[in-house]
Amino acid sequence: MIEALEFEFIQNAILAGILVSFTAGVIGSLIVVNRMVFLAGGIAHTSYGGIGLAVYTGIPIFLGASMFAVAAALLIAMLTLKKRDRIDTFIGLIWAVGMAIGVIFIDLTPGYNVDLMSYLFGSILAVTREDLYFMSALLIIILFVILVWYRDILAVSYDSQYAGIQGVNIKFFYTLILVLSALTVVIAIKVVGLILVIAMLTIPVYIAEKISSSLLSMMFSSGIIATIFTLIGLYLSYSYDLTSGASIIMVSAISLGIFLLLYRR
Amino acid sequence: MSVIDIKGLSFAYAKQVVLEDINLTVEKKDFLAIIGPNGGGKSTLLKLILGIYEYSKGSITILSNKSKNSSSQIGYVPQDTNINIDFPIRVIEVVLMGYKSKRRRLFGYGKDELNSAMSALEEVGMDKFVHHKIGSLSGGQRQRVMIARALCANPEILILDEPTSSIDIGGQKEVYQLLKRLNKEITIIVVSHDISVILEYANRVAHINRKLSYHDISNREHNFSIDNNIEHFCEVELLEMLGSEQCIDCSESKCEWSSEK
Repeated sequence: MIEALEFEFIQNAILAGILVSFTAGVIGSLIVVNRMVFLAGGIAHTSYGGIGLAVYTGIPIFLGASMFAVAAALLIAMLTLKKRDRIDTFIGLIWAVGMAIGVIFIDLTPGYNVDLMSYLFGSILAVTREDLYFMSALLIIILFVILVWYRDILAVSYDSQYAGIQGVNIKFFYTLILVLSALTVVIAIKVVGLILVIAMLTIPVYIAEKISSSLLSMMFSSGIIATIFTLIGLYLSYSYDLTSGASIIMVSAISLGIFLLLYRR
Repeated sequence: MSVIDIKGLSFAYAKQVVLEDINLTVEKKDFLAIIGPNGGGKSTLLKLILGIYEYSKGSITILSNKSKNSSSQIGYVPQDTNINIDFPIRVIEVVLMGYKSKRRRLFGYGKDELNSAMSALEEVGMDKFVHHKIGSLSGGQRQRVMIARALCANPEILILDEPTSSIDIGGQKEVYQLLKRLNKEITIIVVSHDISVILEYANRVAHINRKLSYHDISNREHNFSIDNNIEHFCEVELLEMLGSEQCIDCSESKCEWSSEK
């Protein structure tokens, strides 16, 4: 493994793993405490429509996926804030329609030769320098937003009705959390793929929630736990020639099992 | 002196009328219990007073302020069941959410905020639990923390929605004794199902089932006490005792409270 570190694509993969895992840990904490896991799943799958659009039109994949993911986040925010009943039906609909759009765009692409599996299950070894810049910028934006609005985000996440009475703009912060989740999902697709992204956003967070006494410590500990899982998964993926995304998720799931056996409180 | 004055208030969800022509005056240092069946409009009335819902007919005057968003002098304690007890948050952070200031620090908390939160925690006897995780507390302790959060902004009126619905009888008594003590300084409004408990402490009862009937029980002959082995009352029986004109027949199937003794 040490000699592999000399390769640029391995260095990129490790850097991407660290950046994405930490971002997923921080945003995953917000997704879990706000009970938005299903919403994040909907956004992740809808972004496939953007991937299809990008392949068809030739725009960068990140841009296409981000556009669809953010649009899905805004739509879901609008629907959940206005019509909470039957929201699961609407999210299921957005989820399926996004995927269908992606499939149709890829069908329409002449001479299509994109490896579909790399978007479904990740392709961390194909991360470029430009991808790393995008991931770094997103992590910086997320940390900045949390630093500036931590108290409001905490208030909305803990008791949104009370936060509203206290004058916090709950619609704004709810939408902000969903948009940040959408952008995190887009970068996590590169590492674990859109099918496995939910596990990356939730497993480290579940463990962190049990051992943390505050939302801030939960965000940082889940970021660190997710990073450890990703690095171990990458090592196993390289050593045994396995798919990196699936290896990371299996490491996370086995670790969760061990944690649940040991942690009984 | 009245602190809340509601006149001709009506409210409907879509086309379903929930509250109709409500007239209610709450005097300073009243301890008002709001009772009524599920879906009768109790929580809706609280949310209208708090400005969470907007009313279209009638008026609500709070401390001489007719603004539809005049809840700044009201402390609010929501139902315990609305709170996620697995949430990773410490007691002090919960209480600090109640602090109202025009200039908020970007990160961390100011001395004034911390002092105010600590005094509120001392007031409710929870100052030793400052750094405890909220989920590690008992139901009664958690509710006292929620009361501290509401007290953090020094409100003149404290409104509680089913404050003891998910806590044991010992915890209920602790919460109501605390409220009685606080009532020496502030006006208390409690929505509750635990009629037998709350009648030990309230001086007025408002019964809401779309319309409102109102009872002053400060000079009541009946002295309800859980120590007298009367743990639960049927609400309708109770209102008959209090002389309500709104009472309907009480049948076993309609009673939400058993009459076990």
